[in-house]
Amino acid sequence: MPAKPLPLPSDSGDSGQPGPSRRTLLKGLGFGTAGVLAAPLLAACTGGSKPSSGGSGSSSKSLSVGSGSSDDVPKRAYQAVFDAFSKQSGDTVKVNTVPHNDFQNNINSYLNGSPDDVFTWFAGYRMRFYAGKGLAAPIDDVWEKIGGNFSDALAKASTGDDGKKYFVPNYNYPWGFFYRKSLWEAKGYQVPATFDELKTLSAKMQKDGLIPIGFADKDGWPAMGTFDYLNMRTNGYQFHVDLCAHKESWDQQKVKDVFDNWKALLPYQDKAALGATWQEAATALGQKKSGMYLLGSFVTQQFTDKAVLADIDFFPFPSMAVEGTDAIEAPIDGLMLSKKGANNQAAKDLLAFLGTPEGQDTYASIDTSNLQTAKGSDTSKFSPLNKKCAEAIAGAKYISQFFDRDALPAMANNVLLPALQGFLKNGDIDTKGLEAQAKSLYAA
Amino acid sequence: MTDLPLVAAPPATKPSPIVAGRRRRVHRLSGRDRLVLGVMVAVPTLLQALLIWIPMLLSVGLSFTRWDGLELSNIRSAGLSNYRYVTQDYPPFWPAVQHNIIWLLFLAVVATPLGLLLAVLLDQRIRGSRIYQSIFFTPVMLSLVLVGIIWQLMYQRSDGLVNHVLGTAGTSHAVDWFGDSDVNLWAALVAATWRHAGYIMVLYLAGLKGVDPSLKEAAAIDGATAPQAFFRVVFPAMRPINIVVVVITVIEALRAFDIVYVINRGTNGLELISALVIQNLVGEGQVIGVGSALAVLLLVISLVPIVFYLVRTFRGAQR
Repeated sequence: MPAKPLPLPSDSGDSGQPGPSRRTLLKGLGFGTAGVLAAPLLAACTGGSKPSSGGSGSSSKSLSVGSGSSDDVPKRAYQAVFDAFSKQSGDTVKVNTVPHNDFQNNINSYLNGSPDDVFTWFAGYRMRFYAGKGLAAPIDDVWEKIGGNFSDALAKASTGDDGKKYFVPNYNYPWGFFYRKSLWEAKGYQVPATFDELKTLSAKMQKDGLIPIGFADKDGWPAMGTFDYLNMRTNGYQFHVDLCAHKESWDQQKVKDVFDNWKALLPYQDKAALGATWQEAATALGQKKSGMYLLGSFVTQQFTDKAVLADIDFFPFPSMAVEGTDAIEAPIDGLMLSKKGANNQAAKDLLAFLGTPEGQDTYASIDTSNLQTAKGSDTSKFSPLNKKCAEAIAGAKYISQFFDRDALPAMANNVLLPALQGFLKNGDIDTKGLEAQAKSLYAA
Repeated sequence: MTDLPLVAAPPATKPSPIVAGRRRRVHRLSGRDRLVLGVMVAVPTLLQALLIWIPMLLSVGLSFTRWDGLELSNIRSAGLSNYRYVTQDYPPFWPAVQHNIIWLLFLAVVATPLGLLLAVLLDQRIRGSRIYQSIFFTPVMLSLVLVGIIWQLMYQRSDGLVNHVLGTAGTSHAVDWFGDSDVNLWAALVAATWRHAGYIMVLYLAGLKGVDPSLKEAAAIDGATAPQAFFRVVFPAMRPINIVVVVITVIEALRAFDIVYVINRGTNGLELISALVIQNLVGEGQVIGVGSALAVLLLVISLVPIVFYLVRTFRGAQR
């Protein structure tokens, strides 16, 4: 393929406007013109939110935030955002941080009881579910101010079933194939653009004594990433979202096609996946035992050796039947407004602040492992890998959130997780059984 | 709290009947005694009701409903549909039942006799018996979660001890002790046995100490061999201990959870009913109706040995 040196050939071709503009922006930043480009954007944003923050003075001057970002780095990063907001607006922010597992597990009783005005959460079905139950408040007025900062895909990911906005994205990270550049150069491997090329490449790697595709599924969830991509590439983004929301039946040929495609990939995925954690599979990639690894970009956390980290590269899941590589899996974390905070102007101002490049850069200045979502954020500190990840997301037309965020959590954890493990074991999938379970769970 | 004064009040407010009773007949309990007894019965009963009986009844009730866990008004009756879902649509359920039975049989046939064997051996006054006792008992003092973590290190595929001893570590023949669903249940059972045998050993050591030595001497004088003396005389003499051990073994098999949860949260060949209950009741995968139905089924299964035990105990008491 002549197009091989270009990392994202179909991306830049299909995505039209957003891709190139983002790229020129990045190039501009690279040449040190960041200030020139960012200044008007920042000015526009703060200018936009000024009248409202002035207005908030009369109604409410304090707000509370419930945060599940309990790990040290994200916790400090959010604190920096709140401090910057307080300084700018004069409002006081009270933060209640809860260990993230507890926060997620107790979200029902939390939102139903006496929640904080603003809370940390995820985009996807998980967001739309609580919006639909009336436990989150719409923030269309906030989006009027910050809408210009986000791509269409991000705006769509922040919209509830009723068409109103409920979510302000903070950061995200992409899923894709990660590999070691030096290994690929030594063996002469080329980035596959299509599924057939991926299979050919895998066969070649197998002949070279490598595990072609690193894989780990002892914990059950990583296999969902493979399923998401295969489904989006086989049936398109909309079908995937509808299937996740159970607007489509599991018991149909389209779903069977996904697993048939997967069967072609199974011989190349690590056979020992069911006994391994993603950390173990990442280590195998670092040791050049496996050729590539489909995972979220958090895989890089496992490479503590700087030389190895600098040798890691990324390419999006190759195109298959439909939509090229338009869809990308990039889970988004951000903030939502609870029903209690619906009339708290200070809370809305905070959400608006996080929707600006300024707010997100404050966060990213401390938590560097993720990518800001707002246009015009400071990317000058990005590693080349981060830049590539950011480009892939910016160039995508559709953003999926990962199965357990896009679907009913019970469907993901109790049904698809064991079903995929069974599929990895013997290549069998009972789509009729999946549908029967989905019908019962989504009815509740 | 509100019930406390209610129970405590009657004896305090009517001292006169006691006085009257004393006049008629010897009454061994003073008013103060009755108060203390009342409190001692009432407080545990209250706690029992609050922490066990009421939640149990609520679980039974919820198992016949659909509920998203948000507002009480969202609870809708679902009839038997949760039970139908569990037994017909939910693929992990029947493997879980099967695994619980295997777990019970393995503990009963391998782990418990192993504990008995250790106890008998250590009862022989061999040198360093105390040290061996401590060694075998150590795993019992560890939580099952810790046991699971320790055995993870043993079983790891690429650099675990077991594969190194087998000489398969790092080769393609390395056994995937936790990932291969044909072997992972047995691997987990070995880890569980490691702990269970020590527990049983301690119980039987106490039991053996309690057997009158003259019984053994009498058997020896009558010409019984050592095994005969043990199986015909000593073992039957430990009947109370035996019943406790049977009950403990059954309970351990039914509540087995920690090890499989540590390994892979009870999936891929390690399904157990208890793990499914947690999967469906706790956290984001919460489906209250289904989780409650699973819990009720586990309760019904648990009732069988409990009833058996209680019947035996009460019959023994009557004799």
